[in-house]
Amino acid sequence: MSVTIIYGDRPVSVASATAEGNNLWLPLDDLRATTGWELKPQGVCLDEVCVPIPAGRDADFVRADGKQFNLTALARQLNQPVVHDDAHAVWLFGEAASARNAALQSVQAPDFTLPDLEGKWHSLSEYRGRKILLVSWASW
Amino acid sequence: MWQGLYDELQDKNFIIIAVAFDTGGVAAVQEWIRPATPAPLPKELLDIMGWEDTLSRTAATPTYPCLLDEKHIVAERYNMVNVPMAVWINESGRIVRPAEAAGATDGFRTVDQVTFQMPAEVAAAGKQARTRYIGAIRDWVEKGDASVYALSPDEVRRRIHGMTESEALAAAHFRLGQYLHQQGHRQDAQRYFAEAKRRHPENWSFKRQSWELEEPGKAVGPEFWAAVEALGEKPYYPPVNL
Repeated sequence: MSVTIIYGDRPVSVASATAEGNNLWLPLDDLRATTGWELKPQGVCLDEVCVPIPAGRDADFVRADGKQFNLTALARQLNQPVVHDDAHAVWLFGEAASARNAALQSVQAPDFTLPDLEGKWHSLSEYRGRKILLVSWASW
Repeated sequence: MWQGLYDELQDKNFIIIAVAFDTGGVAAVQEWIRPATPAPLPKELLDIMGWEDTLSRTAATPTYPCLLDEKHIVAERYNMVNVPMAVWINESGRIVRPAEAAGATDGFRTVDQVTFQMPAEVAAAGKQARTRYIGAIRDWVEKGDASVYALSPDEVRRRIHGMTESEALAAAHFRLGQYLHQQGHRQDAQRYFAEAKRRHPENWSFKRQSWELEEPGKAVGPEFWAAVEALGEKPYYPPVNL
Protein backbone atom coordinates (compact mmCIF):
# COMPACT_ATOMS: atom_id res chain seq x y z
CA MET A 1 0.00 0.00 0.00
CA SER A 2 1.14 3.54 -0.53
CA VAL A 3 2.37 5.22 2.61
CA THR A 4 3.69 8.73 3.16
CA ILE A 5 6.81 8.56 5.28
CA ILE A 6 8.08 11.76 6.87
CA TYR A 7 11.65 11.09 7.90
CA GLY A 8 13.46 14.19 9.04
CA ASP A 9 11.80 16.93 7.06
CA ARG A 10 10.72 15.58 3.72
CA PRO A 11 7.54 13.58 3.14
CA VAL A 12 8.18 10.69 0.73
CA SER A 13 5.51 8.50 -0.79
CA VAL A 14 6.48 4.84 -0.71
CA ALA A 15 4.33 2.70 -2.97
CA SER A 16 4.68 -0.72 -1.41
CA ALA A 17 5.17 -0.15 2.29
CA THR A 18 3.32 -2.40 4.73
CA ALA A 19 1.84 -1.05 7.93
CA GLU A 20 1.12 -3.68 10.59
CA GLY A 21 -0.04 -2.12 13.84
CA ASN A 22 2.96 -0.26 15.17
CA ASN A 23 5.34 -1.71 12.60
CA LEU A 24 6.14 -0.23 9.23
CA TRP A 25 7.94 -2.38 6.66
CA LEU A 26 9.22 -0.84 3.48
CA PRO A 27 11.08 -2.28 0.50
CA LEU A 28 14.78 -2.39 1.31
CA ASP A 29 15.37 -0.74 -2.07
CA ASP A 30 13.48 2.32 -0.84
CA LEU A 31 15.28 2.60 2.49
CA ARG A 32 18.09 4.85 1.37
CA ALA A 33 15.97 7.21 -0.71
CA THR A 34 13.42 7.56 2.05
CA THR A 35 15.67 7.84 5.08
CA GLY A 36 19.33 7.97 4.09
CA TRP A 37 20.01 4.71 5.96
CA GLU A 38 21.60 1.76 4.18
CA LEU A 39 21.80 -1.87 5.23
CA LYS A 40 25.42 -3.05 5.22
CA PRO A 41 27.14 -6.14 6.63
CA GLN A 42 28.05 -4.21 9.80
CA GLY A 43 24.50 -3.02 10.36
CA VAL A 44 22.28 -0.13 9.36
CA CYS A 45 24.38 2.87 8.41
CA LEU A 46 23.85 6.58 7.88
CA ASP A 47 27.02 8.29 6.66
CA GLU A 48 29.72 7.16 9.09
CA VAL A 49 27.36 5.99 11.80
CA CYS A 50 26.43 2.31 11.84
CA VAL A 51 23.91 0.69 14.14
CA PRO A 52 24.43 -3.06 14.44
CA ILE A 53 21.36 -5.23 14.37
CA PRO A 54 21.16 -6.81 17.85
CA ALA A 55 22.22 -10.45 17.96
CA GLY A 56 19.47 -12.88 17.10
CA ARG A 57 17.08 -10.16 16.02
CA ASP A 58 17.61 -10.13 12.28
CA ALA A 59 14.03 -11.22 11.71
CA ASP A 60 12.76 -8.12 13.49
CA PHE A 61 14.53 -5.92 10.99
CA VAL A 62 14.59 -7.76 7.69
CA ARG A 63 12.20 -10.24 6.07
CA ALA A 64 10.86 -11.51 2.77
CA ASP A 65 14.23 -12.80 1.59
CA GLY A 66 15.89 -9.59 2.64
CA LYS A 67 13.55 -7.47 0.56
CA GLN A 68 11.66 -5.70 3.33
CA PHE A 69 13.04 -3.56 6.14
CA ASN A 70 11.31 -2.68 9.40
CA LEU A 71 11.78 1.04 9.80
CA THR A 72 10.04 1.10 13.16
CA ALA A 73 12.44 -1.53 14.55
CA LEU A 74 15.30 0.81 13.67
CA ALA A 75 13.42 3.72 15.21
CA ARG A 76 13.01 1.81 18.48
CA GLN A 77 16.72 1.01 18.42
CA LEU A 78 17.48 4.71 18.07
CA ASN A 79 14.77 5.86 20.51
CA GLN A 80 13.17 7.87 17.74
CA PRO A 81 9.60 8.97 18.36
CA VAL A 82 7.20 7.54 15.78
CA VAL A 83 3.65 8.72 15.18
CA HIS A 84 1.32 7.41 12.52
CA ASP A 85 -2.11 8.25 11.21
CA ASP A 86 -3.62 5.17 9.63
CA ALA A 87 -6.58 6.95 8.04
CA HIS A 88 -4.22 9.05 5.95
CA ALA A 89 -1.42 6.45 5.81
CA VAL A 90 1.21 8.84 7.14
CA TRP A 91 4.12 7.78 9.32
CA LEU A 92 6.32 10.42 10.93
CA PHE A 93 9.74 9.60 12.36
CA GLY A 94 11.01 12.33 14.65
CA GLU A 95 14.40 12.98 16.16
CA ALA A 96 15.36 11.17 19.35
CA ALA A 97 15.60 13.33 22.45
CA SER A 98 19.11 11.96 22.99
CA ALA A 99 20.20 13.11 19.53
CA ARG A 100 18.72 16.58 20.08
CA ASN A 101 20.41 16.84 23.44
CA ALA A 102 23.78 15.65 22.13
CA ALA A 103 23.61 18.31 19.44
CA LEU A 104 22.94 21.07 21.97
CA GLN A 105 25.47 19.76 24.49
CA SER A 106 28.13 20.16 21.82
CA VAL A 107 27.27 23.87 22.15
CA GLN A 108 27.70 24.23 18.40
CA ALA A 109 24.57 25.91 17.07
CA PRO A 110 22.54 23.31 15.13
CA ASP A 111 22.24 24.30 11.50
CA PHE A 112 18.94 24.82 9.73
CA THR A 113 17.73 25.97 6.33
CA LEU A 114 14.54 27.97 6.01
CA PRO A 115 12.98 30.27 3.41
CA ASP A 116 12.39 33.99 3.71
CA LEU A 117 9.17 35.57 2.50
CA GLU A 118 10.47 35.71 -1.06
CA GLY A 119 11.13 31.99 -0.96
CA LYS A 120 14.90 32.41 -0.90
CA TRP A 121 16.57 29.78 1.28
CA HIS A 122 18.93 30.76 4.10
CA SER A 123 21.09 28.46 6.21
CA LEU A 124 22.36 29.47 9.62
CA SER A 125 25.82 28.31 8.56
CA GLU A 126 25.89 30.98 5.81
CA TYR A 127 26.12 33.59 8.55
CA ARG A 128 29.13 32.02 10.25
CA GLY A 129 31.67 34.72 11.04
CA ARG A 130 29.16 37.15 12.55
CA LYS A 131 27.57 37.29 15.95
CA ILE A 132 23.99 36.12 15.55
CA LEU A 133 20.93 36.93 17.61
CA LEU A 134 18.56 34.13 16.64
CA VAL A 135 15.13 35.23 17.78
CA SER A 136 11.75 33.56 17.47
CA TRP A 137 8.46 35.31 16.93
CA ALA A 138 5.02 34.46 15.56
CA SER A 139 1.93 36.12 14.13
CA TRP A 140 -0.06 34.51 16.94
CA MET B 1 10.79 45.52 16.49
CA TRP B 2 14.44 44.62 16.39
CA GLN B 3 15.16 46.95 13.49
CA GLY B 4 16.33 49.81 15.69
CA LEU B 5 18.89 47.59 17.37
CA TYR B 6 19.98 46.14 14.06
CA ASP B 7 20.46 49.59 12.55
CA GLU B 8 22.67 50.47 15.49
CA LEU B 9 24.81 47.33 15.54
CA GLN B 10 24.89 45.81 12.08
CA ASP B 11 28.27 47.33 11.23
CA LYS B 12 29.82 45.57 14.19
CA ASN B 13 29.78 42.09 12.68
CA PHE B 14 26.35 41.39 14.10
CA ILE B 15 23.19 40.08 12.49
CA ILE B 16 19.71 39.31 13.67
CA ILE B 17 17.94 36.28 12.25
CA ALA B 18 14.24 36.35 13.04
CA VAL B 19 12.40 33.05 12.71
CA ALA B 20 8.61 32.98 12.59
CA PHE B 21 7.07 29.82 14.05
CA ASP B 22 4.06 30.08 11.77
CA THR B 23 2.41 27.01 10.29
CA GLY B 24 0.06 29.48 8.62
CA GLY B 25 2.91 30.36 6.28
CA VAL B 26 3.45 33.54 4.30
CA ALA B 27 -0.19 34.54 4.62
CA ALA B 28 0.09 34.56 8.40
CA VAL B 29 3.24 36.64 8.68
CA GLN B 30 2.98 38.88 5.65
CA GLU B 31 1.17 41.74 7.31
CA TRP B 32 3.81 41.86 10.05
CA ILE B 33 6.84 41.80 7.77
CA ARG B 34 5.48 43.59 4.73
CA PRO B 35 2.66 45.74 6.09
CA ALA B 36 0.46 47.18 3.40
CA THR B 37 0.46 50.48 5.25
CA PRO B 38 3.47 50.95 7.54
CA ALA B 39 2.26 52.49 10.77
CA PRO B 40 3.57 53.02 14.29
CA LEU B 41 3.25 49.92 16.43
CA PRO B 42 0.41 50.26 18.95
CA LYS B 43 1.44 51.40 22.42
CA GLU B 44 -0.26 48.38 23.99
CA LEU B 45 1.96 46.03 22.00
CA LEU B 46 5.10 48.00 22.80
CA ASP B 47 4.23 47.91 26.50
CA ILE B 48 3.57 44.19 26.41
CA MET B 49 6.93 43.56 24.75
CA GLY B 50 8.69 46.21 26.84
CA TRP B 51 10.09 48.29 24.00
CA GLU B 52 11.33 51.81 24.64
CA ASP B 53 10.07 54.47 22.22
CA THR B 54 13.59 55.24 21.02
CA LEU B 55 14.16 51.70 19.79
CA SER B 56 10.64 50.92 18.71
CA ARG B 57 9.98 51.42 15.05
CA THR B 58 7.27 52.02 12.62
CA ALA B 59 6.33 48.58 11.44
CA ALA B 60 8.23 48.14 8.19
CA THR B 61 10.05 45.42 6.32
CA PRO B 62 13.12 44.43 8.34
CA THR B 63 16.51 44.55 6.65
CA TYR B 64 17.76 41.43 8.49
CA PRO B 65 16.75 37.91 7.47
CA CYS B 66 13.19 37.02 8.44
CA LEU B 67 12.69 33.32 7.95
CA LEU B 68 9.52 31.27 7.90
CA ASP B 69 9.51 28.11 10.03
CA GLU B 70 6.19 26.43 9.31
CA LYS B 71 7.23 23.17 10.96
CA HIS B 72 8.70 24.83 14.06
CA ILE B 73 12.04 23.17 13.27
CA VAL B 74 14.12 25.80 15.03
CA ALA B 75 11.86 25.52 18.07
CA GLU B 76 12.62 21.82 18.28
CA ARG B 77 16.33 22.10 17.68
CA TYR B 78 16.91 24.91 20.14
CA ASN B 79 14.29 24.04 22.79
CA MET B 80 12.26 27.18 22.21
CA VAL B 81 8.86 26.61 23.78
CA ASN B 82 7.52 30.12 23.33
CA VAL B 83 7.99 33.38 21.46
CA PRO B 84 9.93 35.57 21.66
CA MET B 85 12.91 33.49 22.70
CA ALA B 86 16.47 34.08 21.60
CA VAL B 87 19.77 32.27 21.31
CA TRP B 88 23.11 34.04 21.00
CA ILE B 89 25.64 32.48 18.63
CA ASN B 90 29.22 33.71 18.32
CA GLU B 91 31.34 34.09 15.18
CA SER B 92 32.55 30.50 15.41
CA GLY B 93 29.03 29.15 15.49
CA ARG B 94 29.12 28.42 19.21
CA ILE B 95 26.05 29.03 21.38
CA VAL B 96 26.96 31.63 24.02
CA ARG B 97 23.45 31.96 25.43
CA PRO B 98 20.92 29.12 25.02
CA ALA B 99 17.20 29.69 24.45
CA GLU B 100 15.67 32.18 26.87
CA ALA B 101 12.97 34.84 26.80
CA ALA B 102 14.21 37.62 24.54
CA GLY B 103 13.58 40.54 26.85
CA ALA B 104 9.89 39.78 27.30
CA THR B 105 8.40 39.59 30.81
CA ASP B 106 5.23 38.40 32.51
CA GLY B 107 3.97 41.98 32.70
CA PHE B 108 1.39 41.19 30.04
CA ARG B 109 -0.47 39.09 32.61
CA THR B 110 -1.70 42.34 34.19
CA VAL B 111 -3.29 43.73 31.02
CA ASP B 112 -6.98 44.32 30.65
CA GLN B 113 -8.09 41.40 28.51
CA VAL B 114 -10.27 43.57 26.34
CA THR B 115 -8.32 46.79 25.92
CA PHE B 116 -4.84 45.31 26.45
CA GLN B 117 -4.00 48.35 28.59
CA MET B 118 -1.24 47.73 31.13
CA PRO B 119 -0.73 49.46 34.49
CA ALA B 120 1.96 52.11 34.18
CA GLU B 121 4.30 50.64 36.79
CA VAL B 122 4.17 47.23 35.15
CA ALA B 123 4.93 48.80 31.77
CA ALA B 124 7.89 50.59 33.31
CA ALA B 125 9.25 47.40 34.85
CA GLY B 126 8.85 45.65 31.51
CA LYS B 127 10.82 48.37 29.76
CA GLN B 128 13.57 48.05 32.35
CA ALA B 129 13.87 44.32 31.72
CA ARG B 130 13.94 44.90 27.99
CA THR B 131 16.53 47.64 28.34
CA ARG B 132 18.77 45.40 30.45
CA TYR B 133 18.54 42.65 27.86
CA ILE B 134 19.31 45.05 25.01
CA GLY B 135 22.21 46.42 27.04
CA ALA B 136 23.58 42.93 27.38
CA ILE B 137 23.37 42.43 23.61
CA ARG B 138 25.25 45.69 23.06
CA ASP B 139 27.93 44.63 25.51
CA TRP B 140 28.32 41.30 23.74
CA VAL B 141 28.51 42.89 20.31
CA GLU B 142 31.21 45.21 21.64
CA LYS B 143 33.29 42.69 23.57
CA GLY B 144 32.48 39.35 22.01
CA ASP B 145 33.29 36.28 24.08
CA ALA B 146 34.90 38.56 26.69
CA SER B 147 31.49 39.97 27.56
CA VAL B 148 30.16 38.73 30.90
CA TYR B 149 26.90 38.03 29.10
CA ALA B 150 28.55 35.56 26.71
CA LEU B 151 28.46 32.36 28.71
CA SER B 152 31.18 29.72 28.83
CA PRO B 153 30.49 26.36 27.18
CA ASP B 154 30.04 24.75 30.59
CA GLU B 155 27.57 27.39 31.70
CA VAL B 156 25.67 27.03 28.42
CA ARG B 157 25.53 23.28 28.95
CA ARG B 158 24.29 23.76 32.48
CA ARG B 159 21.49 26.01 31.32
CA ILE B 160 20.33 23.98 28.34
CA HIS B 161 17.05 22.24 28.98
CA GLY B 162 17.43 18.55 28.29
CA MET B 163 14.63 17.37 26.04
CA THR B 164 12.79 14.35 27.45
CA GLU B 165 11.46 11.42 25.42
CA SER B 166 7.95 12.61 26.18
CA GLU B 167 8.82 16.00 24.72
CA ALA B 168 10.35 14.38 21.64
CA LEU B 169 7.15 12.40 21.16
CA ALA B 170 5.15 15.58 21.67
CA ALA B 171 7.18 17.28 18.94
CA ALA B 172 6.55 14.36 16.59
CA HIS B 173 2.81 14.63 17.25
CA PHE B 174 2.95 18.35 16.59
CA ARG B 175 4.78 17.78 13.30
CA LEU B 176 2.24 15.22 12.14
CA GLY B 177 -0.55 17.61 13.06
CA GLN B 178 1.19 20.37 11.13
CA TYR B 179 1.51 18.10 8.08
CA LEU B 180 -2.12 17.00 8.22
CA HIS B 181 -3.26 20.61 8.64
CA GLN B 182 -1.35 21.69 5.57
CA GLN B 183 -2.85 18.77 3.65
CA GLY B 184 -6.28 20.13 4.51
CA HIS B 185 -7.19 17.60 7.23
CA ARG B 186 -7.75 20.24 9.87
CA GLN B 187 -9.85 18.30 12.34
CA ASP B 188 -7.53 15.31 12.29
CA ALA B 189 -4.61 17.68 12.75
CA GLN B 190 -6.13 19.03 15.94
CA ARG B 191 -6.13 15.53 17.47
CA TYR B 192 -2.36 15.34 17.05
CA PHE B 193 -1.95 18.89 18.34
CA ALA B 194 -3.95 17.82 21.40
CA GLU B 195 -1.55 14.93 22.01
CA ALA B 196 1.44 17.24 21.59
CA LYS B 197 0.00 19.64 24.13
CA ARG B 198 -0.80 16.85 26.55
CA ARG B 199 2.73 15.47 26.40
CA HIS B 200 4.48 18.82 26.61
CA PRO B 201 2.26 21.14 28.65
CA GLU B 202 5.02 23.74 29.14
CA ASN B 203 5.18 24.30 25.41
CA TRP B 204 3.28 27.51 24.66
CA SER B 205 4.03 27.40 20.95
CA PHE B 206 2.14 24.14 20.63
CA LYS B 207 -0.84 25.60 22.43
CA ARG B 208 -1.00 28.95 20.74
CA GLN B 209 -0.13 27.77 17.22
CA SER B 210 -2.75 25.01 17.34
CA TRP B 211 -5.37 27.40 18.72
CA GLU B 212 -4.65 29.88 15.97
CA LEU B 213 -4.97 27.18 13.31
CA GLU B 214 -8.25 26.07 14.83
CA GLU B 215 -9.72 29.54 14.82
CA PRO B 216 -8.03 32.90 14.16
CA GLY B 217 -7.86 34.88 17.37
CA LYS B 218 -8.11 31.85 19.63
CA ALA B 219 -4.42 32.19 20.53
CA VAL B 220 -5.27 35.34 22.50
CA GLY B 221 -8.75 34.26 23.53
CA PRO B 222 -10.31 32.93 26.75
CA GLU B 223 -8.51 29.57 26.59
CA PHE B 224 -5.19 31.38 26.41
CA TRP B 225 -5.95 33.58 29.38
CA ALA B 226 -7.26 30.60 31.36
CA ALA B 227 -4.08 28.66 30.61
CA VAL B 228 -1.95 31.62 31.71
CA GLU B 229 -3.95 31.98 34.90
CA ALA B 230 -3.50 28.27 35.57
CA LEU B 231 0.25 28.92 35.78
CA GLY B 232 -0.34 30.56 39.14
CA GLU B 233 3.06 31.52 40.50
CA LYS B 234 4.95 29.84 37.66
CA PRO B 235 6.30 32.18 34.98
CA TYR B 236 5.10 32.35 31.42
CA TYR B 237 8.45 33.85 30.49
CA PRO B 238 11.06 32.56 32.94
CA PRO B 239 13.14 35.60 33.97
CA VAL B 240 16.45 35.83 32.17
CA ASN B 241 19.44 35.25 34.41
CA LEU B 242 21.83 37.66 32.70
